[in-house]
Amino acid sequence: MTSDRTGEAGRLPKRAIALRLGAIAATLCATTAAFAYAGGWLSPGALTPARIVDTFERINGRHDGFRRNHAKGVCVSGVFQSSGAAAPLSKASVFRAGETPVTGRFALAGGRPYAADATATVRSLALRFQLPGGEEWRTGMNDIPVFPVSTPAAFQEQLIASAPDPATGKPDPARMAAFFAAHPESAKAVALIKARVVMSGFADDTFNSLNAFRFRNDDGAVSSVRWAVVPIPTGTVGEPAPADDKNGLFEALIKRVNADGAPARWRLVVTVGAPEDPTNDATLPWPAGRRTVDAGTLVIDHVEGEAEGRCRDVNFDPLILPAGIEPSDDPLLSARSAAYARSFTRREGEPKAASAVATLTGGTR
Amino acid sequence: MTRPVVFTLASRILHWTMAALIIAMLFIGVAMVASLSNYHRLVSIHQPIGIAILALAAIRLINRLFNPPPPLPADMPRLQKLAAKASHVALYGLMFALPLVGWAMLSAGDYPIDLFGSWALPRLLSPDPMLHAWLRRVHGVLAYGLFAAFLLHLAAALLHGLILRDGVFGSMATLSFRRRVPQNSRS
Repeated sequence: MTSDRTGEAGRLPKRAIALRLGAIAATLCATTAAFAYAGGWLSPGALTPARIVDTFERINGRHDGFRRNHAKGVCVSGVFQSSGAAAPLSKASVFRAGETPVTGRFALAGGRPYAADATATVRSLALRFQLPGGEEWRTGMNDIPVFPVSTPAAFQEQLIASAPDPATGKPDPARMAAFFAAHPESAKAVALIKARVVMSGFADDTFNSLNAFRFRNDDGAVSSVRWAVVPIPTGTVGEPAPADDKNGLFEALIKRVNADGAPARWRLVVTVGAPEDPTNDATLPWPAGRRTVDAGTLVIDHVEGEAEGRCRDVNFDPLILPAGIEPSDDPLLSARSAAYARSFTRREGEPKAASAVATLTGGTR
Repeated sequence: MTRPVVFTLASRILHWTMAALIIAMLFIGVAMVASLSNYHRLVSIHQPIGIAILALAAIRLINRLFNPPPPLPADMPRLQKLAAKASHVALYGLMFALPLVGWAMLSAGDYPIDLFGSWALPRLLSPDPMLHAWLRRVHGVLAYGLFAAFLLHLAAALLHGLILRDGVFGSMATLSFRRRVPQNSRS
């Protein structure tokens, strides 16, 4: 194209001007339509991060300032003492022999921040390892052996199917049966989850990554892994918390770690998958006997309420990973990252209420 | 007698590189917030491209000081010139504001600012929940604003190129390596 400043507009026939104006309008419309398509406006039925978070709010009610899931929790801090044993698997600096400061959060699954502790409720441990140079490793783990669903769509279906029926206050058995009929993988996973041995509290529980990840070492070699934190010494099988103690599980942890001054310890155990082990389906356990690596010891020596411990305003996005740890092909990982971000941004902008378990005021509510 | 009628090669390279990056970013951004399966992949490229745009915008502003754009046609109505000027101020402002707000928003949200490998940027702000939520909203609003500014820019460019045919479109959309074209060589 050459420059042309002779102002030839007048020489264009009216028809040509109209045609060219039409072409410009069409270009703008097409660009806007493509943008709308990318933003999902042309597919209103699609499952989005916002929709998943909306579903949590619809089922549990909206509790300003709290997480939409795993709403009830406490903050913890301590250190990870790396043995160096996982360094040949991953180049992440957290696995070199040495110490990395750790903060985290123990919580109960479910979107109600003041729900009473119950023995059968799934417990979680989220951790944040702060590596040198601004890198971080964040992970959210649960005390179940496998995850109940394998895809984001199944997660949403399960959430809706297991919502309490307003008439009975319990999930509708017919809807749950229909869900399991449509998702046999979930029926098998839930059977494994129900058969798990429930430990007496947070401190003697095992927490599993559930999703698979990839470790990359200095030579570029990649291994499929899952990890778990396993209590030292091996935990004791639990008895139900007293019915009148609605924060009993958390108070037991606070008493043990803060009052009795007995840090809780776990081994960080990395399980290395064989090539045939599924990495894209968190409902499937890996066969027993896979190689495990004892990466080091997690020491939790302090427990605080959510506000004072500053874990409330942290997104434990499982895909905040240092170089050397990478996502697998598990579709739940990206979906977790997306839904956590949405839940995080919503709650961060809301007024904050006192958490059920607090340590500064010494009180619980 | 000569008069600069086209942007310098450096200006054109900067313009078209940034055009590709910014348009890609607008689409990546709007897609990622609605996506579950591609969210992580898109976020992982959104952050480094955003920082690249910030760096390029700084280079471009400096380049603009040394290589000012060719003047608009003398016979262009004053109001049109004013609109052109205002839309360019908006485009430049948004090229800086969007990456900076994104960086500040991640800082206030207590996120690491990962770039490539183990490279991370320092935080611009200390963690602040309300500020994070506010900056997240501002980031979205500015992004829609940038999309609107881009549409206006595209519309004006096409109007100049197809209907007014006053050389404004060609001053950026040319492959010419000549910076100045002799006045009398033009038709």
